Amino acid sequence: MNKHIKNIYQSIGLPRLIIFAFFILVFIMAGFYNMDVVALMSNILRRWGMYGILVLAMVPSIQCGNGPNFGVSLGIVCGLFGSLVSIELNIANAPIFADNKALGAWMSLLFAVALSSLIAWFVGMGYGVLLNRVKGSEMTVSTYVGFSVIAFMNILWVILPFQNGDIKWPIGGEGARNTISLANSFSEIMNNTGAIVIGNPETGLFIPTGLLLFFFLFCFIIYIFLKSKTGIAMSAAGANPNFAKASGINVNRTRIIGTALSTTLGAIGIITYAQSFGFLQMYNAPLMMGFSCVAAVLIGGASTTQARISHVIIGTFLFQGILVVALPVANQAMSDTDLSDIMRMIISNGIILYALTKAKGGATNEE
Amino acid sequence: MKNNFFTYTKKQCSDLIKNIYSNKVVLMFLILCIFGISTTGKPLTYTVSEVFTRFSRNTFLVLALIIPVLAGLGLNFGIVVGAMAAQIAIFFVVYWKITGVSGLLLCFLISTPIAILFGYLVGVLYNKTKGSEMITGMVLAFFADGLYQFLFLFVIGGIIPISDKTLMIPPNGIGVKNTIDLTGNLKYSLDNISMLILARTILIISFIIVLANFLVNKKKEGRNSQIIKLILLPIAFGVTYIPMVNQFMGTDRLLLLDAITIACAIAIVYSLVKLISIRLVKKDKDTDINRFIAILIVAIISYALTYVPAIFEITLAVYLPVCTYATIILLCGFNRWLLSTRLGQNMRTVGQSRTVANSAGIHVNKTRIIAMCLSTLLAAWGQIIYLQNLGTFSTYGAHTMVGQYAIAALLVGGASVQMANNKQAVLGVILFHTLFVVAPLSASNLFGSSLIGEYFRVFICYGVIAVALAMHAWKSVIKPAMAKENK
Repeated sequence: MNKHIKNIYQSIGLPRLIIFAFFILVFIMAGFYNMDVVALMSNILRRWGMYGILVLAMVPSIQCGNGPNFGVSLGIVCGLFGSLVSIELNIANAPIFADNKALGAWMSLLFAVALSSLIAWFVGMGYGVLLNRVKGSEMTVSTYVGFSVIAFMNILWVILPFQNGDIKWPIGGEGARNTISLANSFSEIMNNTGAIVIGNPETGLFIPTGLLLFFFLFCFIIYIFLKSKTGIAMSAAGANPNFAKASGINVNRTRIIGTALSTTLGAIGIITYAQSFGFLQMYNAPLMMGFSCVAAVLIGGASTTQARISHVIIGTFLFQGILVVALPVANQAMSDTDLSDIMRMIISNGIILYALTKAKGGATNEE
Repeated sequence: MKNNFFTYTKKQCSDLIKNIYSNKVVLMFLILCIFGISTTGKPLTYTVSEVFTRFSRNTFLVLALIIPVLAGLGLNFGIVVGAMAAQIAIFFVVYWKITGVSGLLLCFLISTPIAILFGYLVGVLYNKTKGSEMITGMVLAFFADGLYQFLFLFVIGGIIPISDKTLMIPPNGIGVKNTIDLTGNLKYSLDNISMLILARTILIISFIIVLANFLVNKKKEGRNSQIIKLILLPIAFGVTYIPMVNQFMGTDRLLLLDAITIACAIAIVYSLVKLISIRLVKKDKDTDINRFIAILIVAIISYALTYVPAIFEITLAVYLPVCTYATIILLCGFNRWLLSTRLGQNMRTVGQSRTVANSAGIHVNKTRIIAMCLSTLLAAWGQIIYLQNLGTFSTYGAHTMVGQYAIAALLVGGASVQMANNKQAVLGVILFHTLFVVAPLSASNLFGSSLIGEYFRVFICYGVIAVALAMHAWKSVIKPAMAKENK
């Protein structure tokens, strides 16, 4: 019995217990401070769906043996590009959607998703080829590939000749704006589709049904994929490349598929994120997003070598939950402060460090 | 002999060309820099003086990276932690209102134990994540940044009571302000130390060392040279009191022209003394003297070059902070010296192979921790030198890019994850910072937008690290595969 508990404890790990306890604690404190718990809950639900797919992008990458994809920014810039094209073409306000605004918004969203997925898939394949060349230090390389691609796209955002008024600066200024409003295209379209408000329409619990369904749909798709023949081959290749090779699996190919899938999910993820946020954040905004996503999936219980869909769902909920609840609580506890960003940094990077010390991969310890 | 010298020169030149050619990164940056310089639209003196300023600021930090590379820890992204140690020290020194050289020394003094403690902790962490030190270092830098912000935003003022509110965020004095102006307290406190003080301190210290050696070591050999040193050092000390020398050395900045003249004179005298002592005094025919002839010729040529009008103009426009350059030279010397010691050799062995080191009886973990402590300590000192030169201490931003810029500079110089030396560090700093200076200028000149240049240099910084890491990983994947095939 004791051993059983110990096993469970070891599989959960101390940091996750701390984080879970912390989450419960801040929630109790929120009630203690007489805060609007319902509003906090709606906020958590919104951010759960908002970040979900970005975090989901970690699963194929980890499963195919690349470790957490710090270079998810590669997918993110593809998503940004797709959205920009969708805004530029002004699909949401096309004449055929004149009498159905929601349909137009959905169409522009889906166009962005389709276009950026297509680009991201090919970019991801190239990225996968690169990562195949650097086996053993994928995380290090991918972090800097992610950083440099953001810096490179910064130059492109300045140069690319977008003409739409939403994208350009109103007067003067070069290139795209820092934050691009989606009010004229697909802002909050998923959140509002089929949304349910429990209780008072103003203050009740807002459930963004469309957003959550979209998130769960992708979770389901990935789940099915992982159970398919290719998916199982990919996981096998990730868990033990030599064994997989011996059983006739083309390890390099499955790794490329995993990376491409991860990049594509990153692209779709940022579009989901942006529509819920209401703005596209350009330039350096997505620089550190990869780290948050990695942290979320690790908090959910994943390791650098294994991740499941449940880890994504739990991890995103916990991580975003802490961030949402802790901010007002911290503000109540210590006035005039901004603890949330610091806490995000400490929690997310702390959990990554913990996972790295637990990783048995890479070079073995020779002592 | 002449023939000999010719072959020697030929060999050296072809080696140099081969080196540059095999180091494509250096070549690429050389071309980029030359292209950038030619399109800035600013006079060359501007670029050169900027580069010299940045060189004195940044080189110490880059040199701090060399030891971990040799110890097999890869590029130490954890030097950010050392920078934080320095910044904690600087904050308190500014808060206590200790200014000038004493403030600077106190900064070094306070930051030392903090940095060693941090280095120890980082070393322990790296030992737990062997093989993935670099990604650990990167994440650690962000993690430590969180803790650092917590310290400066909440603990200082919130928990540690701060009576003087000028440095704090206005309404209630919790948390430190965004920027701290170092003008009037620490700014140029190292740069402004005059040559006279520097020279006298060095002379006194070396006199004490030689004297101690003389008294402790009673061996016969080397006795004479020690006595000569004991006589020469006080004479040199006396020379600093001659009015003319005194006046010349009383300044803290050295004109580049003078610096070149002095360096050339020293090189010429050194090589002549060596030549004479080898050929005429010792009558030694076997020792290779080509090296000294080469030094002699290079020194003469570089001195002659200062008579070229364009170069002459530049050398008149640039002033070097002597003390800062002296610390850089000292650190280069330290890095070289360390490698010749037992500890340095142990580090090298650990860097080559931990298994071999372990079976040779070297404490692998301990050696790695020592390497990290040293690197973190040097980084802390480097950050103090950087900030005293910069003059403004941005509390929450000064450390964030330290690791990346330093690493990018080292890599631009042709270093790799496993090999790095002083020369590469110096070359890298020059190339990287030249590009850093000229990129926005030439971009605004060519594209009419300085923004592109700004982004371009950030891209270069990230890109060079990404490429270097990828190349390293690529090589280390190919090597085992090749070895297997050869079997």
